[in-house]
Amino acid sequence: MTVTEQELEAQFERTVASEGRVEPRDWMPEGYRKTLIRQIAQHAHSEIIGMQPEGNWILRAPSLRRKAILLAKVQDEAGHGLYLYSATETLGVDRGELTEKLIDSKQKYSSIFNYPTLTFADIGVIGWLVDGAAIVNQVPLCRSSYGPYARAMVRICKEESFHQRQGFELLMTLMAGTEAQRAMVQDAVDRWWWPSLMMFGPADGDSPNTQQSMAWRIKRHTNDELRQRYVDMTVPQAEALGVTLPDPELRWNDERQAHDFGDIDWDEFMQVVKGAGPCNAQRLQNRRAAHEGGQWVRDAAAAYAAKQAARAEVPAA
Amino acid sequence: MSMADDTTAHVEGEPRFDGTPKAVWPLYEVFVRGKRGLNHVHVGSLHAPDDTMALHNARNLYTRRNEGVSIWVVRGDAITASSPDEKDPFFAPAGDKVYRHPTFYDIPDDVPHL
Ligand SMILES: [Fe+2]
Ligand SMILES: [Fe+2]
Repeated sequence: MTVTEQELEAQFERTVASEGRVEPRDWMPEGYRKTLIRQIAQHAHSEIIGMQPEGNWILRAPSLRRKAILLAKVQDEAGHGLYLYSATETLGVDRGELTEKLIDSKQKYSSIFNYPTLTFADIGVIGWLVDGAAIVNQVPLCRSSYGPYARAMVRICKEESFHQRQGFELLMTLMAGTEAQRAMVQDAVDRWWWPSLMMFGPADGDSPNTQQSMAWRIKRHTNDELRQRYVDMTVPQAEALGVTLPDPELRWNDERQAHDFGDIDWDEFMQVVKGAGPCNAQRLQNRRAAHEGGQWVRDAAAAYAAKQAARAEVPAA
Repeated sequence: MSMADDTTAHVEGEPRFDGTPKAVWPLYEVFVRGKRGLNHVHVGSLHAPDDTMALHNARNLYTRRNEGVSIWVVRGDAITASSPDEKDPFFAPAGDKVYRHPTFYDIPDDVPHL
């Protein structure tokens, strides 16, 4: 490392430590850039793949009102993906490249989207629990040290509260319905609760990159801190809804002023992360088909633009 | 003729499109005026084949909830920016002229509306 590089690194460390923001053209350590690209790309991919489980129900929504809401929500998720790809590009990568990496399984996305949406109650539960977990994860990222990432997160967080509330309202409607509808909600909660706890990632002891990410102020809290916050927030919501969270060990701990909860099945988590979840293959196959099937559209639009530009250049005879 | 041949068919006098699949759509930076009376503010970027599509995409991506009354899209390669290495000399004249800021002037507290 040259003297100037040491100076630059010291300057960078000072900026980050004093809650300053790092902007695209600033000098940054290579590890910081790589960590950001990996994390933001993974986040972007999750938003894009996350459209599939919910998109699965757009054509079967039970009313026009629910269909319009679901459509708007899924469109938002596409937007979230694009805000984030836009942020990665400020770090010098091409979003086309990132899509290639996703469909070649060289980059990951959140394991939660590898579970199937079996009933319409799943749409409500995803809004409530999955978007709820996303909010807990994302709110602190609005203060992330990398400016473009933090700004994308501010935009995303504004939209997430609509996602969570429409889900909760959908579930309240079902809970006020028939016995069968209430059972449908409970079944969906039973299937999504544990995977939503896994969204916060491995336990702190198994998350080797967390310390560095926190030192760089990319992350603000450890996985377990956020998971605890999520459990504490969700328990009273489940009570209000009248559903049971499927964990016999879940109870208030007066001493800790927090809820205790049971052990997460990390084997299942690792299986799903490694590609053996119920829907991994289908999700990637759909993404690949959409990307490759859309190639002619992108080519045609580019060809049209090139022709228009060339014609505009030719001076009138 | 196969489909592949078709896409590279070339009409004399027309620009040739080589069908390169990557990076054919340029990057645009997007600026939105939140409401009348405010400046356009940078909100992010997108890719589009041309200016018109960039504007349409910007509308759908950045103003789904009335976030703006006007949008500018500018091709990224058309923007000239000051470099951060030059930060000090470039912005120093502004730093020198503290008298440009209202707080430079001491005014007694009991003078109203100043
Ligand atoms: Fe999202
Ligand atoms: Fe969402």
